[in-house]
Amino acid sequence: MTVISARGLRKEFTVRVKVGRLRRDRRTVAAVDGVDLAIERGEMVGYIGPNGAGKSTTLKMLTGVLTPTAGDISVCGLSPVRQRTRLARRIGVVFGQRSQLWWDLPLRESFELLRHIYRVPPAEHAARLLRCRALLDLDEFLDTPVRQLSLGQRMRGELTAALLHGPEVLFLDEPTIGLDVVSKQAVRGFLAELGATGDVTLMLTTHDLADIEKLCRRLLVIDHGRVVHDGTIEALHARYGSRRRVVVELESPAAPPEVIGATLVTVTPLRFEYDLTGATAGELLVRLAGLPIRDVSIVEPDIEDVVARLYTGVPVTDAP
Amino acid sequence: MRAYWALLRGQARSQTSYRLSFGIDLVSNVWATALDVFTVFVLFAVTRTLGGLDLHEALVVTGMSACAFATGDMLVGNIERITLYVRTGRFDAVLVRPLPALPQLVLLDLPLHKLSRAAFGATVYLVALGAADIAWTPGRALLAVIAPVGGVVFFGAVFVVTASVAFWWTESGEFGNAFTYGGRDFTSYPVSVYSGWFRNAFAYGLGFAFVSYYPALALLGKPDPIGLPGWVGWIAPLVALPATGAAALIWRAGIRRYTSTGS
Repeated sequence: MTVISARGLRKEFTVRVKVGRLRRDRRTVAAVDGVDLAIERGEMVGYIGPNGAGKSTTLKMLTGVLTPTAGDISVCGLSPVRQRTRLARRIGVVFGQRSQLWWDLPLRESFELLRHIYRVPPAEHAARLLRCRALLDLDEFLDTPVRQLSLGQRMRGELTAALLHGPEVLFLDEPTIGLDVVSKQAVRGFLAELGATGDVTLMLTTHDLADIEKLCRRLLVIDHGRVVHDGTIEALHARYGSRRRVVVELESPAAPPEVIGATLVTVTPLRFEYDLTGATAGELLVRLAGLPIRDVSIVEPDIEDVVARLYTGVPVTDAP
Repeated sequence: MRAYWALLRGQARSQTSYRLSFGIDLVSNVWATALDVFTVFVLFAVTRTLGGLDLHEALVVTGMSACAFATGDMLVGNIERITLYVRTGRFDAVLVRPLPALPQLVLLDLPLHKLSRAAFGATVYLVALGAADIAWTPGRALLAVIAPVGGVVFFGAVFVVTASVAFWWTESGEFGNAFTYGGRDFTSYPVSVYSGWFRNAFAYGLGFAFVSYYPALALLGKPDPIGLPGWVGWIAPLVALPATGAAALIWRAGIRRYTSTGS
């Protein structure tokens, strides 16, 4: 079942550009420029792109905060802007930089108020809260006013707040921004657990690609308002030619053998590196037998490199 | 309804969590309104009548205005913080909740410390009603209750309209105050003291004359020196209806504008 669908989604903003001393021209800029999406129930989708690519704008249109300039959207079978309050009951939203919590109240009271605002039956609310408390370790700061929480603690509170009404879809805009390693792990672990149940559809934007690698099988890359990649991380690597690398370290200097299906990329007396262009790591190792090998390591391709190449705008024109 | 009650409770708990500051706010808020009333006394130290009304009669106008403005300001006045919400993007968080935006904003920021000012305004009004020479009839008693209620709604509408400006003009700042606080000052005195285009625009164009002056004339049984017929005072509180309608339209247009331009 398709939970989120968008066709020809477009959002234009008018910006004033200074020309000359006093004159300003109005110019129309498309922040989102013809995005098509179809996300199935239970999917976990990473939505990434450089600053200003249109990630947040897309999310705001899907949640009913912004009206699209053109295109059709359906989320949970509803039209986000026209049926905004109805949709709000069925989705959860975490904006990394904007709080849903009451700044001066203990976390526990914010949750209680949200129960009334979303009209959640007490038993359901209690069950969900109990689960979040266990998974996110909320107990130690449940009675602390939100203003006194650390960013990591607050984010765990925000996640709970977004889930207490049992949303079918969870939108997360930069959920790990500014968090320390431990908090990031906690948030990712929780989201992975949530996704594993298969009930909640999850769409997250992030700058932290580790989020994606840990959580999302599917990756949407947006650049200049267009989707430039939609598929698995592996597919992204395949498409942009990123390869696994084999690093060989030697006890004593030796010449690297030529191997079909592997390209030598660096050679120093005690170390050389191959990129696998067709051969498997096993085939390569067989050919290396006999060398005074101290250590061999296989480096998985780094998604950051691929994406960095995407962002710097080398060949991204041929969208699938 | 439960949802709104929850928002109100959240706000009450938040504000009272700073007990000392809440107490200070409660007291200091009375001063502004007290000064307005004091000004009327000062004026009457140099003149016997103001716009055809004596001190006690003028205080009915001032009291009605203070009561209506202070209550309207407490209930809806903080909607002016919309500029902050729009500028910081916190308005997005309001829009993803399953409630309409306007009641959420009003309840999220309801300044309970202004309760003292509203109570003071009501007291001035009641004392003025007692001191003035009013020939009480059931109709006048009803008008005495309805007029300030209409005034509260009217000022609420003014607050919503001036706050909506933020959707078009983010740094609207002091612009709205000309109509909200300006309106309060205008309605504190008999309209007959003003003149020219300014009176026509504020009193009749924007309708401020019908908030306190005309209802007070009807209560006091006095003719209008400007020359409007006596029944005007009896229907004056109805001015709240078109004001509310206009406010609703402008607010909706503002929300549409926000959702189509973003922060």
